[in-house]
Amino acid sequence: CFPDTVLIYTLSTARALTPQTAETDAIRFLVGTQSLKYDNQIHIIDFDDENNIINKNVLLHQAGEIWHISASPADRGVLATCYNRTSDSKVLTCAAVWRMPKELESGSHESPDDSSSTAQTLELLCHLDNTAHSNMACVVWEPMGDGKKIISLADNHILLWDLQESSSQAVLASSASLGGKGQLKFTSGRWSPHHNCTQVATANDTTLRGWDTRSMSQIYCIENAHGQLVRDLDFNPNKQYYLASCGDDCKVKFWDTRNVTEPVKTLEEHSHWVWNVRYNHSHDQLVLTGSSDSRVILSNMVSISSEPFGHLVDDDDISDQEDHRSEEKSKEPLQDNVIATYEEHEDSVYAVDWSSADPWLFASLSYDGRLVINRVPRALKYHILL
Amino acid sequence: MAAAAAAGPSPGSRPGDSPEGPEGEAPERRRKAHGMLKLYYGLSEGEAAGRPAGPDPLDPTDLNGAHFDPEVYLDKLRRECPLAQLMDSETDMVRQIRALDSDMQTLVYENYNKFISATDTIRKMKNDFRKMEDEMDRLATNMAVITDFSARISATLQDRHERITKLAGVHALLRKLQFLFELPSRLTKCVELGAYGQAVRYQGRAQAVLQQYQHLPSFRAIQDDCQVITARLAQQLRQRFREGGSGAPEQAECVELLLALGEPAEELCEEFLAHARGRLEEELRSLEAELGPSPPAPDVLEFTDHGGSGFVGGLCQVAAAYQELFAAQGPAGAERLAAFARELGSRYFALVERRLAQEQGGGDNSLLVRALDRFHRRLRAPGALLAAAGLAEAATEIVERVARERLGHHLQGLRAAFLGCLTDVRQALAAPRVAGKEGPGLAELLANVASSILSHIKASLAAVHLFTAKEVSFSNKPYFRGEFCSQGVREGLIVGFIRSMCQTAQSFCDSPGEKGGATPPALLLLLSRLCLDYETATISYILTLTDEQFLVQDQFPVTPVSTLCAEARETARRLLTHYVKVQGLVISQMLRKSVETRDWLSTLEPRNVRAVMKRVVEDTTAIDVQVGLLYEEGVRKAQSSDSSKRTFSVYSSSRQQGRYAPSYTPSAPMDTNLLSNIQKLFSERIDVFSPVEFNKVSVLTGIIKISLKTLLECVRLRTFGRFGLQQVQVDCHFLQLYLWRFVADEELVHLLLDEVVASAALRCPDPVPMEPSVVEVICERG
Repeated sequence: CFPDTVLIYTLSTARALTPQTAETDAIRFLVGTQSLKYDNQIHIIDFDDENNIINKNVLLHQAGEIWHISASPADRGVLATCYNRTSDSKVLTCAAVWRMPKELESGSHESPDDSSSTAQTLELLCHLDNTAHSNMACVVWEPMGDGKKIISLADNHILLWDLQESSSQAVLASSASLGGKGQLKFTSGRWSPHHNCTQVATANDTTLRGWDTRSMSQIYCIENAHGQLVRDLDFNPNKQYYLASCGDDCKVKFWDTRNVTEPVKTLEEHSHWVWNVRYNHSHDQLVLTGSSDSRVILSNMVSISSEPFGHLVDDDDISDQEDHRSEEKSKEPLQDNVIATYEEHEDSVYAVDWSSADPWLFASLSYDGRLVINRVPRALKYHILL
Repeated sequence: MAAAAAAGPSPGSRPGDSPEGPEGEAPERRRKAHGMLKLYYGLSEGEAAGRPAGPDPLDPTDLNGAHFDPEVYLDKLRRECPLAQLMDSETDMVRQIRALDSDMQTLVYENYNKFISATDTIRKMKNDFRKMEDEMDRLATNMAVITDFSARISATLQDRHERITKLAGVHALLRKLQFLFELPSRLTKCVELGAYGQAVRYQGRAQAVLQQYQHLPSFRAIQDDCQVITARLAQQLRQRFREGGSGAPEQAECVELLLALGEPAEELCEEFLAHARGRLEEELRSLEAELGPSPPAPDVLEFTDHGGSGFVGGLCQVAAAYQELFAAQGPAGAERLAAFARELGSRYFALVERRLAQEQGGGDNSLLVRALDRFHRRLRAPGALLAAAGLAEAATEIVERVARERLGHHLQGLRAAFLGCLTDVRQALAAPRVAGKEGPGLAELLANVASSILSHIKASLAAVHLFTAKEVSFSNKPYFRGEFCSQGVREGLIVGFIRSMCQTAQSFCDSPGEKGGATPPALLLLLSRLCLDYETATISYILTLTDEQFLVQDQFPVTPVSTLCAEARETARRLLTHYVKVQGLVISQMLRKSVETRDWLSTLEPRNVRAVMKRVVEDTTAIDVQVGLLYEEGVRKAQSSDSSKRTFSVYSSSRQQGRYAPSYTPSAPMDTNLLSNIQKLFSERIDVFSPVEFNKVSVLTGIIKISLKTLLECVRLRTFGRFGLQQVQVDCHFLQLYLWRFVADEELVHLLLDEVVASAALRCPDPVPMEPSVVEVICERG
């Protein structure tokens, strides 16, 4: 068997990372580079679980440096990026939907030795038209959907797009904007997988807001969710009212959106801003956070997970011995704790995410372009499974 | 003479020689015992005789020996001695013989005289005895005659004596009869005169007789009369008893008389208690009136005095009288009295507690303690009388309760004092500074707070100490000797206060408004120092003081000093860390705004250091001064001599080159590992929000770390034009010039600023760095 950790892959400066959401068999991540001097690229990282090796394919993304990337949940070949376009003394952050070449969708065959020379180009499907709104902070796909709905956050606007004609055209379906004084600016957003995908949560400054995508109206608002800027948030995939957020106060907070006066739980393990928080898609007690203290922390938030008493085993399936063991296990007090702190990064970690195919695998990306793939410790995995 | 001569020593023995008499026996016996021992150990007597013993008693040549044989002696002398020695022995012998002769003569003369006088005495005694014998004979005959006469007289008088005895008996009987006949009139008279006691005594005397002879008509008449009168008497007594106007002693007298009259004790008992209740309730009412709805109340001491003398005194009298009167009632009676005392006692206690409750607000303990002392002392007497009623216990309980409440009150007082101090500090900090004149310095404020809290604690200790003063009657109760001292004062008051102080201080760290927050940073700093001082000295001082004053000696576990110190230290640490965060945040926000709001692409060529950087340096200096007021300098790493002389060039640090250079070629995992390891050699991970130590350098290092890291992250989010990059270069050099002196390890500032500049270069499409010399010139221009 392979060790629990560490495959390291280095590319150039990068901030954007996403799993290939629509892929459920192969472990595949997409990483967007961020360079002002060279052509930017999207690296398709294929992780061969059996041989413990990484294959990669490179796609050119000539539009500009990639700040955010997200993959369509329905079509493996479709992805959206937010990128910077610098045109003399002006920087514009735009967003666009792209399609990768067909043969790369399902990952790699033998990647050619000098891939840089033969790097293929993304096919532009459509711009998320930004004449009115600049500074796209992020693009979020409707989870579970057919890949037709997409939300982008631009400055203080939240824009809901319909992708039509096989995504070649983006129509602004509805939008809403934050009113108020000062320069309000969304930093991050997530689309809730619950409630028929009608809820989106956004972060701006220290505030978290929930939106109903049907009416584009605000559902809830958590003022001062964090002491400083909120960097990211994520929905619990199994508990519809639970939400995690992280921010510059080094804290990760867990919220019940029905009662937003106090966080359900607060973690304070990082020593600098927390840029990313991600629930495991299957086992929502596993929470991953990445921070600019160069650390990735995997926490076990079992007390507020959907399985607070551990996994319930059917009696029929197990022998007496196992029965005994499971009994023992159920007696153990289940406590929230930090499972592991990963220190393979040398620079700030701006993105972490779980693989969409293997629930026990995750990737983290630091600014210096180092991508680290880790597994959940085996002991814990068996503890959760058995 | 012959006997005397025989008793003397044998001729030839020298008078100075050791006598063989009684003293000689002891060694003899010893020798015998020795002999037996020797026998036992298997040594024959003869064998042991080898000792150089004294003169052998069997030696015929021994002059003093029993077996002296003159012939043998002479033979021996003649044979063994030269002539001169023979001559000497002869003279010696002659001299000794002469001396012996004269001694013998003296002895004989002395004994002879004594013998003569003894013979005379015996003769005289013989004559005297003969005369005495005659007189004794005469006495015996006379005595016989006297006996004879006496017997005869007795016989003659026998008859008359009996008659006289009978007459005397009749006389007595007649007198009694007369008393009986006169009884009704006497009783009437007594009743009229009000001499009830006398009447009851008469009645008592006659009662039995009349009872016995009531079958005789005349006696019956008397008895009837008596009963009527007695009934009237009883009536009157009851009347008097019921009127009850007179004091307790008179009532007691009435009851006693009624009892003697055979009135039913049960009923009297009830009535007696009912009357007593009336009186005592009166007392209670007057006490209650003193309580009043709106008290113009006398002070608590006066109140307890009234209560003590009025109610408790009354209760004592009642109890004493009752026990005297109704002792015959046995346990049931005692029980009734106890119930009575319990009931009234509880009402009294309720009143006292109400009064004491009014006293709770006051700050002065001495009056209260004195009042409690009186209260408790007064109740000791009835307590002894009425052990069953448990009044003393109840009183002790009340005192204990009050003591507990006082402790709580003092704890509240201390907390309030602490909060008051904090408010004062806030005000002092918030007070607008008069130009040119600094307000009270932080150190001064700290000293004020510390001394004020300490004096409050001391005052509280002194106040509660009154409860355990020797002369206070309840101070020797187990509660006040043990639990009050350890659990109440030490744990509840002192430890409780220190804990609550720590909590209050910690609550400033958790305040939700982290952004700037309502808490001025200086207050955090001050509290942190205060807690640290507590940890190092004050806690142990206070606890020692407490332990000394309240000789804490019981089995209850007490919080050890070390635990409290650890708590205080933890609080101090958290406060200081929070201070660092808050101050770091303030500077961070300045830097962030300055990076975020500027258009870095179209900025002009830098001519100056941006104002915000100057502001950052100013603020850092101000913080340095502020922290320096309360915390020691701390250690910093040795500085390189030209630390301010470094100038930022974009590619100054070699590692940045390799780090951000595009490496689009696929690299084997081993290579990357190697690369990362090499990189690790160059940089150590910087914990940005790391715990701080209690010194100025550490605090400043923390603040600067936070600020610079923010700068770095903000720079990475922007895109810079050429001049933008150069401006960053200038700014960073400026920061470098001024910030290194504040931190423990200046290398840290270098590292972070290097990274800022490198990141800015990376975020610049057209990175043309400024000449280091120009940067220096700009920075020097200020």
